Amino acid sequence: MSYTAWIILTASLVGLSCGIIGVFLILRKQAMMADAISHTVLLGIVLAYLVTKEVSGPSMLIGGILAGLLTAFLVQWLHSLDVQHDASMGIVFTTLFAIGVILIATSVGNAHLDVQHALMGEITFIPFHTISLPIIGEIPQATALLLVVFVIILFFIIAFYKEWKITAFDPALAASLGLPVLFLHYLFMSLVSITTVASFDAVGAIMVVAMLITPAASAYLWTDRLFMMLILSGVFGVVSAVLGYYVAAWIDTSISGSMAFMTGVIFIISFIFSPKHGLIAKHVRPVEEI
Amino acid sequence: MSGPIVQVENLSASYRKNKVLYDVSFEVQPGSLTGIVGPNGAGKSTLIKTMLQLHPILTGSVTFYGLPFKQAKKRIGYVPQRGSVDWDFPTNALDVVTMGLYGQIGWFKRPTSRHKQMAYEALEKMGMADYAERQISQLSGGQQQRVFLARALVQNADLYFMDEPLVGVDAATERAIMDILRELKAKGKTVMVVHHDLQTVEDYFDHVLLLNRTVLHHGMTEDVFTKENIAETYGGNMRWMGEERHHVVHSVQ
Repeated sequence: MSYTAWIILTASLVGLSCGIIGVFLILRKQAMMADAISHTVLLGIVLAYLVTKEVSGPSMLIGGILAGLLTAFLVQWLHSLDVQHDASMGIVFTTLFAIGVILIATSVGNAHLDVQHALMGEITFIPFHTISLPIIGEIPQATALLLVVFVIILFFIIAFYKEWKITAFDPALAASLGLPVLFLHYLFMSLVSITTVASFDAVGAIMVVAMLITPAASAYLWTDRLFMMLILSGVFGVVSAVLGYYVAAWIDTSISGSMAFMTGVIFIISFIFSPKHGLIAKHVRPVEEI
Repeated sequence: MSGPIVQVENLSASYRKNKVLYDVSFEVQPGSLTGIVGPNGAGKSTLIKTMLQLHPILTGSVTFYGLPFKQAKKRIGYVPQRGSVDWDFPTNALDVVTMGLYGQIGWFKRPTSRHKQMAYEALEKMGMADYAERQISQLSGGQQQRVFLARALVQNADLYFMDEPLVGVDAATERAIMDILRELKAKGKTVMVVHHDLQTVEDYFDHVLLLNRTVLHHGMTEDVFTKENIAETYGGNMRWMGEERHHVVHSVQ
């Protein structure tokens, strides 16, 4: 495959995985947990590097999951001690992120890790770090990692589809039916973490938030079906990634930045033109009495 | 079956370090329809949530059919407050009712057409069959409450807890819900309802539990629901209107 094709495939996988996970982030009203976790996985990756002395897929995933779970746990814990939820999120993720930044500066300085890379990603370098896999052959390491993560996410979303639905819609009912709501919460946070880790190389910690939240928020405006929302969100993610790449190539700018920008463009279009919740539709059709 | 099916002993619970419930003890007889009545902030919802382990227990114990909640949960149905969920969630009425069956369906399985049929029948019972495919945000408050009731019915529990099911619903819905509650009672099921409207207590419930952070009075409606007891429960924050028999009470916040 050509250099461009790898980049587009990689970006599309980011869009797809983030789009699907993002739907449940929005519906569970935990959109800002994506922001928190996208920053704290940096600490997980740095710690994984310090332990294994290499930047490899599996160790990064495990480090990311642990950091994500630690974030989710600490946020819950502070909240249970009467710190406001948004405040405890702000405290936890900035502190963990800061530890990651300090560790990069003091212990990992010369490696493939630097703060700039972590925040913005560098998708242009992805095709250069390849690994050899049986059957598939030469494949960029980041792309392989994203493929694995995509399969994992798809498996868990499908396997626990009705559990995700009920815990997002009515956690009290879910708990009264005896579903392990807390376990599912942490499982979901793990899925957010591995999505973030895998997307890290491509789009970086900040842009991954755009990929997680904006396509899902756009899809929410177009449909009243959860299943349809998942499909649309995935499609919007892929479209943003592909369009973003070409826009970046055209005006010669940051690829991850223009991908995130495209998610915003899709959202604005949805916000104005959506037949159900769009500005125009609301203007044309008077608001129904509730 | 004889003897109490719900036993609550010395229950207490708190919100943000404030004790909202203390020393709550009562027993519920099978086949009773109990209204939980008390002023705002009396801990009515918290009581239900604490009994169902949706809110942490500080002290005390709750048993259902002599068993802890975990072992009895399949026999218990819960109807949360309508305002506790996001009605913009992308799903339809039938799907919400089907959620009541998720506990029975089990892990890694999808709802079958039989489950959908059960959900549809429950909607039909609540007079909502025509709205089965309707997106839930497009239902009126009363219709949303009927969907919640249908979801509880489909669980086919023996013991129901309902949190303010009659708040903000139209008169037809209120009648429909009360018909269902009486029908449940006629089938020998036990129902506890958080209720806010003092005027209808005598018509709707055979038992009353007067709550203001602890149980003040509990028993048959005609014995317990007296002017003196209500005054005691609501403290000074109330005024009486009208004649002796058909009194109207407003709680003044």
